Amino acid sequence: MPTRSALLDERAIGRALNRMASEIVEKCHGTEDLLLVGIQRRGVHLAERLASLIGQWEQATIPCGKLDITLYRDDLQAVGPRPMVGETSLPGELDGKTVVIVDDVLYTGRTVRAALDEFADFGRPRRVLLCVLVDRGGRELPIQPDITGMRVGTSAGDRVDVMVSELDGRDAVELVRGA
Amino acid sequence: MAAPPTLGKDLIGLETLSADQIRLILDTAGPFKEVSERPIKKVPALRGKTIVNLFFEASTRTRISFEFAEKRLSADTVNVATSVSSLSKGETLVDTARNLEAMHIDMVVIRHHASGSAEFLGNRIRSNVVNAGDGQHEHPTQGLLDLMTLREKFGRIEGLKVAICGDFLHSRVARSNLWGLQKLGAEVGVCGPATLLPRGIEQLGVTVLPRIEDAIQWADALNILRLQLERMTAGFIPSLREYNRVWGVSRERLAKAPKDLVIMHPGPMNRGVEIDSDVADGEHSVILQQVTNGVAVRMAVLYLLAGGAPDWQHAGGAE
Repeated sequence: MPTRSALLDERAIGRALNRMASEIVEKCHGTEDLLLVGIQRRGVHLAERLASLIGQWEQATIPCGKLDITLYRDDLQAVGPRPMVGETSLPGELDGKTVVIVDDVLYTGRTVRAALDEFADFGRPRRVLLCVLVDRGGRELPIQPDITGMRVGTSAGDRVDVMVSELDGRDAVELVRGA
Repeated sequence: MAAPPTLGKDLIGLETLSADQIRLILDTAGPFKEVSERPIKKVPALRGKTIVNLFFEASTRTRISFEFAEKRLSADTVNVATSVSSLSKGETLVDTARNLEAMHIDMVVIRHHASGSAEFLGNRIRSNVVNAGDGQHEHPTQGLLDLMTLREKFGRIEGLKVAICGDFLHSRVARSNLWGLQKLGAEVGVCGPATLLPRGIEQLGVTVLPRIEDAIQWADALNILRLQLERMTAGFIPSLREYNRVWGVSRERLAKAPKDLVIMHPGPMNRGVEIDSDVADGEHSVILQQVTNGVAVRMAVLYLLAGGAPDWQHAGGAE
């Protein structure tokens, strides 16, 4: 029987995003050549919120893109119905930019691997950082986040559900044990 | 939530697809359009897949469009043209395909002059089969790219009035359009000389528009078919000049339309016959958008078929 417990509520997510936004500015030494790229689907909304927070503090417009990594997944050759492909749109060139990849949950690291491969087909960023709301451990590749909202220890049967008001009507992070 | 639809093993025609399957292809084609606009127009989705383009009929646009779609998905492709292959030595279609399969291919894109040939092949080989036009039966990817273009232009298909004008009789494009449009809830009109309309066409739930002027009054969009002179063995029309005078879509005729009509043509155009140059190149023509969307739709079809669970029961068996 799966059990569901809350990890972050709306206010806690707000606080985490505030801290993550200021860490982004700090680690990138300002907002020059900064570009946030959200991974479809919930990463896109988190990236937009971070960009708007940074924009307010720094009096700047932070460009924000969306990336769908489906076509770069390493398990696409496995037999099974094709996953839906989402929209990819990057504002302008990546060459010379500091790109911050934003995603909701970091787990095996395979999504980030796919995103890095996809970036290589768009250009050559000067630097790429990884920013995630929840790091749940369980990496299968040598990939680590630079900026993290929270860490939580999980096992393979667990699921971390991130809800954002834009898609789900509310902001919450929940841990489902034994899902 | 219900499981998303899959396409199955082959794409033979739109007649046998459900509205949900057609929507799945159109929704997938959207993101693929963006891939062709990237600096590096290539994604690794079909890396390691081998696709054979088996063309028994002359084709420039469709073959190149499929080839671009395949290459932009990172598949390996081989083109077989009949004039320079064993097919000209009398080998049967199935033998050719089985020999290709013995070399471990994954997909066949086939164009053939015989209606039903794509389905025939699909039922006999294990590889995915994509129909790139079979005789007068269907040309599903053309139908899909027409739907995609209309959906981009109008934001919807449901409730649209689309008139298919001209040589319906010889046109597989017309048939694929008819099925696709009706499944997605559009109203279909047909307009052309009686000699070029199939008998009993009104039983397919279409509005028969007796004159091109009627089509222009009725429709939101015109899909102007090419007069397939190469398929005409008997005297279907008195002369090209007369065809243009009675059925040609001209600027003067369009000026009498109650609204601006979207103009489509599957190509290759007979300028000055079914369509006048100033209409083909006019501001309401989406003919080149159709070509752009063709690559996206074909990428979507190849991507979706490569992941569909193969229907082993109906494949690979002996005749």
